Amino acid sequence: MPTNVINGRSFTVDEEGFFTDRSEWNEDLAHDLAALIGVDLDEAHLAPLRFMRSDSETTGTTPTLRRMQAVGGFDIKTLFALYPGKPAKKMAWLAGLRKPVGCV
Amino acid sequence: MSKLLILGAGTAGTMAANLMRKALDDRPGDPWTITVVDQNTEHHYQPGYLFVPFWMEPERVVKDRRDFLPDGVDFVETAVSRVDPEARTVELADGSELVYDWLIIASGTRPDPSLVTGMAEALSARTNVHEFYTLEGATALKQALESFESGRLLVHISEMPIKCPVAPLEFAFLVEDHYRRKGIRHKIDITYVTPLDGAFTKPVASAELGGLLKDRSIRLAADFAVESVDGAAGRLIGYDGRELPFDLLVTVPPNVGQQFIIDSGLGNDAGFVPVDKHTLRSVEHERIFVLGDASDIPTSKAGSVAHFATEQFVDNFLAAIDGLPLPNSFDGHANCFVESGRGQALLLDFNYDTEPLTGTFPLPAVGPMRLLARSRINHLGKLAFEQIYWKLLLPGHKLPVPNAMSMSGKRPAANARPLQKV
Repeated sequence: MPTNVINGRSFTVDEEGFFTDRSEWNEDLAHDLAALIGVDLDEAHLAPLRFMRSDSETTGTTPTLRRMQAVGGFDIKTLFALYPGKPAKKMAWLAGLRKPVGCV
Repeated sequence: MSKLLILGAGTAGTMAANLMRKALDDRPGDPWTITVVDQNTEHHYQPGYLFVPFWMEPERVVKDRRDFLPDGVDFVETAVSRVDPEARTVELADGSELVYDWLIIASGTRPDPSLVTGMAEALSARTNVHEFYTLEGATALKQALESFESGRLLVHISEMPIKCPVAPLEFAFLVEDHYRRKGIRHKIDITYVTPLDGAFTKPVASAELGGLLKDRSIRLAADFAVESVDGAAGRLIGYDGRELPFDLLVTVPPNVGQQFIIDSGLGNDAGFVPVDKHTLRSVEHERIFVLGDASDIPTSKAGSVAHFATEQFVDNFLAAIDGLPLPNSFDGHANCFVESGRGQALLLDFNYDTEPLTGTFPLPAVGPMRLLARSRINHLGKLAFEQIYWKLLLPGHKLPVPNAMSMSGKRPAANARPLQKV
């Protein structure tokens, strides 16, 4: 597994750059990562990430957008506005979680 | 007398009934009853839905469920309302109640177009929006394809997971071939619209299948999260603001578990039952196993998976009723023929840990099937599977394919060659 280093902190990632060990993540790291994709992490941006962290802790999987809406109460359109293009992927990456896959 | 209750008489439920009747008869001690519940008597050969819009007669995919259940298994034709795992009872739609000692949930998955704004309404109009995940839908689509002679055609997946995740791709290849043979391919603009970032979920297969879309001049609209369908205006609208115009939309609605699973509090937010992915035993209730599409295991929702998993399940179940550790660990093995049009198909063979790779199957070099490459023999294999399904698979006979995936004949990802031109 490759290792990424950012601002002196290292963490293991998969071949697409997603964290493989959720415990290597913290919010400071998320801020540094967000800067790399041009996102300024304010409270609105952090709220879904925090939900994803706590939800995946119990389910063991990265939540889908539908779950973010149904369980987390987030509006999917708002998530697209916060993280344009590929919100599910961007948020999983910033939250230190595996790439969200709806299976195969 | 112990009671085994099976909810669902589809691929997994029918196989389980056949295999468990034999296994429990061979077992010394207490006799067992086996009861199977399903809401109707029609067993559909679901892989046939793909061909109905093109050439297969709808009647051909339907047989009577009861003809595939062995002697010594009771069949109850009623919908299920609710499962009470604490009381070990199942409430049926007719108000009656069944008691069980052990429960197998094999109730599959179903398309639910109501989860996308406008989709259910557009589908029910049966004009410019269609699907082929039900027999009625596939039959109506045949008419629609016949009268469609020019314009923009979208082949669309709403969200994952769906039953038979390669079916929409196969449909795209077959519909392209259909119009090519009719001589009007140049008048039809085909786009494959997916929530995934490529043609398929796994990198090697995605690259190979994506290349094939390009070769056939089928556009790819990736990362498309659908917000709504506007049938009247002919627009597919994404959350990111993209609007894809269409003259004919062939969509795969979101797939969810059965309502009784949701009502019983047994499912996740999509209605699939969380299980141990290696033993298929319910995480919450030790007397419940889940076979086939109804569980949340992270592999394809497909008949091949149901088949491999159900064979592994028998010994686990026998151990479970004796309170012993479960001996078999299911690896998520799936084996799928992918129709690619022009009388050819590809073969995918993969599991939880190994993505679909190129190579030969089942034997190294010899094959005769080629993995992830188009060939006539793969297509013939797909057609032959219909008879194998009814005559060998459902009755629980052994197929000449290993339950656990083998790396024999597979080329590792780094050395995988790009798809050869045929």
